[in-house]
Amino acid sequence: MGRQLLLDNLDKPGINTLSGYQQTGGYESLKKALQMKPEDIVTEVQKSGLRGRGGAGFPTGMKWSFLAKPPGEPRYLICNADESEPGTFKDRYLMQHKPHILVEGMIISSFALGANTSYIYIRGEMMYVYHILQKAIDEAYAAGYLGKNILGSGFDLDLHVHCGAGAYICGEETALIESLEGKRGNPRIKPPFPAVKGLWGCPTVVNNVETIAAVVPIIRITGEEYAKIGVGKSTGTKLISASGHINKPGVYEIELGVPVEEFIYSEQYCGGIRNGKKLKAVVAGGSSVPVLPAELILKTANGEARLMTYESLADGGFATGTMLGSGGFIVMDEDTSIVKNVWNFSRFYHHESCGQCSPCREGTGWMYKILSRLLDGKGETKDIDLLWDIQRKIEGKTICPFGDAAAWPVAASIRHFRNEFEQYISKGKSDVKHYYRINNLQES
Amino acid sequence: MARVTIDGHTIDVPEGTTIVEAARKIGGDIVPPTMCYYSTLKTSGGYCRTCLVKVTKGSDKDPRPMPKLVVGCRQTVMDGMEVQNITSPEVLEAREGVVEFLLLNHPLDCPVCDQAGECDLQDLSYAHGDEGTRTEFRRRTFPMKSIGDKIKLHMNRCIMCYRCVKVAEQLCPERVHGVLNRGWDAEISTYIEKAIDSEWSGNMIDVCPVGALTDKTFRFKSRVWFTKPLDAHRNCDVCCGKVAIWVSGDAVLRVTGRKGVYHEIENTEDGKPGWICNTCRFEKKNLSDWVIEGPRHIDRHSVISQNHYEQLKQLKQDLSRQKQIGEKAHNN
Ligand SMILES: Cc1cc2nc3c(=O)[nH]c(=O)nc-3n(C[C@H](O)[C@H](O)[C@H](O)COP(=O)(O)O)c2cc1C
Ligand code: SF4
Ligand code: SF4
Ligand code: FES
Repeated sequence: MGRQLLLDNLDKPGINTLSGYQQTGGYESLKKALQMKPEDIVTEVQKSGLRGRGGAGFPTGMKWSFLAKPPGEPRYLICNADESEPGTFKDRYLMQHKPHILVEGMIISSFALGANTSYIYIRGEMMYVYHILQKAIDEAYAAGYLGKNILGSGFDLDLHVHCGAGAYICGEETALIESLEGKRGNPRIKPPFPAVKGLWGCPTVVNNVETIAAVVPIIRITGEEYAKIGVGKSTGTKLISASGHINKPGVYEIELGVPVEEFIYSEQYCGGIRNGKKLKAVVAGGSSVPVLPAELILKTANGEARLMTYESLADGGFATGTMLGSGGFIVMDEDTSIVKNVWNFSRFYHHESCGQCSPCREGTGWMYKILSRLLDGKGETKDIDLLWDIQRKIEGKTICPFGDAAAWPVAASIRHFRNEFEQYISKGKSDVKHYYRINNLQES
Repeated sequence: MARVTIDGHTIDVPEGTTIVEAARKIGGDIVPPTMCYYSTLKTSGGYCRTCLVKVTKGSDKDPRPMPKLVVGCRQTVMDGMEVQNITSPEVLEAREGVVEFLLLNHPLDCPVCDQAGECDLQDLSYAHGDEGTRTEFRRRTFPMKSIGDKIKLHMNRCIMCYRCVKVAEQLCPERVHGVLNRGWDAEISTYIEKAIDSEWSGNMIDVCPVGALTDKTFRFKSRVWFTKPLDAHRNCDVCCGKVAIWVSGDAVLRVTGRKGVYHEIENTEDGKPGWICNTCRFEKKNLSDWVIEGPRHIDRHSVISQNHYEQLKQLKQDLSRQKQIGEKAHNN
């Protein structure tokens, strides 16, 4: 196991309470940060090479440096805890077990950005985590880490947790901001970007839970030390939510750069495919990223071992590569049907589209209907080309990246597993009813 | 000023002008079609994606092309920008896709739709759509609703352009009109079907690009191309009183705002949009209510601009085309 910067001390009793967290050195980074100049914290984060853990992997220090600072206008920091990407459950795990690392990260980051009011926007279904966070925040207020004149530094911060209503799209940062303002969670048309006009029209930074939590160890060990972990531009540690047909599903903190093969088969991590089955395919970064067949996830098209880094997973572009995304690592064994899998994903995207732009609103539903018909044994060969054409007409033509997220799984499934679609069509047997029944789903 | 070139036509426009507005200054075929953008409604545009264009050169300062197609109704021009609209096969293909998406759940009930003949979706699909349809599924349906006692909402025909929502936000002081539900199931509604009793609500009918919002006082009275549009005015305490009346014989069948070449309500002399009030629109249905100024030229490429004043032959062709579409819809 590599270095544990986020999930360390999870076995310590009371780590979810203020005193337990403090016994393991909690809030020391805050004390250190409050002695620093805010811009030096930003520099430290830039040096660390930390990249956004919400999916896009945008360098956090750079994002922070883009924040507009018009005089007299408040600035906001929002933590994106909407985690709803299928296959991703790392933020929940971290917040549930170690809420104070997020609270501490929020205080340091708010100080660095000059925000005096900050928000954690949490997914509606995670009500119990909301209560855990609220308790941690109450404790932090009582200890003088939040509120007026924090630890005598003259810095004031109010931290609020806001519960969403359970819409995946509210994880998109501008939809999140709309929702936080009490409006319908529709993504905004950019520009302007949140760094210029975000919450209440003021400059705003939105960061993922894991991104903000990572600021705490960065301040503790320095950005330079943090940047030594990992490979190239993929620095530091990353939480991976491993699920599917593996022996040991769960959340793992890896040093970026672990070979994919080691991550799947080593006893430290996933422990191999369960029941001695063979690996068939992996969705490496949450449902939105392209699925890859075993041979391409373990090795790049050039035959190099694929590593768990932003660059290595993306090697080969979408033709032979994928993305690290949010780190939702879904492993499928040889018995898995790719068609059923992509049908399930397309059902999700059909259900979650906000409906603002026509390609996404109509296209996601259309793809879902075609895949349902395929699964019902009534597909035709032309359906495969039609699916391909529809996803192409959605990708890159929508307001927010949701359209791409809905298109990519369909594209990759056809690209790498076209024969399975053809088999389904020639078999002509319906699986959809059965599938609805075993999964307790409503047909729609 | 910024100098922008669209499909080879160059024009200087003030900084901050959008690609669509710049193209409209040039005029003609190179103007991207717009279904959701409405120049006089703030924050409109960006939804339908019909105005997607390709920026092949960002600006003189930064000549890199933009990586994706952009919406012309929102993207502002930069000095030296070069844009492709109808000269880009990529744009035309994307637009064909958008038309297909917009028609995917559209009932294609033009034969019984009041908007037929002055419908932006008809124009768009003639100009940019494919001949046939690849849709093989049942279309989405919603119950019919009323938005107040004068406006009918036929949600099946709605393309979710949000224009009526912007009218409600910006013209009707108390907002009770918006979008309910999400995605595929999203629908326009007055909250809890509460009637809008604003003097300005009728303007929603004029901004609706399709037949989703129609005038109950005109419903099924006549095909629009059988009525004669005349510019007319009256002294009105509430609005500008400058309207188009649509007459048949001595009867005023319908009153609308005066729509210009892009089917938007024209500005009056004071430079403000000539929105009209509900009294003028719904209550004044006698010729004697109005001072008639003269025939109104309908400056659009739809069936009514090619109507019985001009090319009857074309009209017949369009009608038989509509019939085909209708039959196709019926067979589905
Ligand atoms: C449809 C959609 C859903 C998203 N959901 C989440 C989410 O649940 N959590 C998250 O952190 N980022 C999510 N994102 C990414 C955010 O828009 C944003 O990029 C991110 O919060 C930035 O944080 P980071 O730079 O720390 O990664 C989503 C994006 C899209 C397009
Ligand atoms: S891409 Fe989809 S989710 Fe994003 S704004 Fe458009 S309709 Fe909404
Ligand atoms: S009802 Fe008409 S104006 Fe309103 S969103 Fe639908 S198509 Fe647009
Ligand atoms: S007119 Fe530009 S997106 Fe609709």
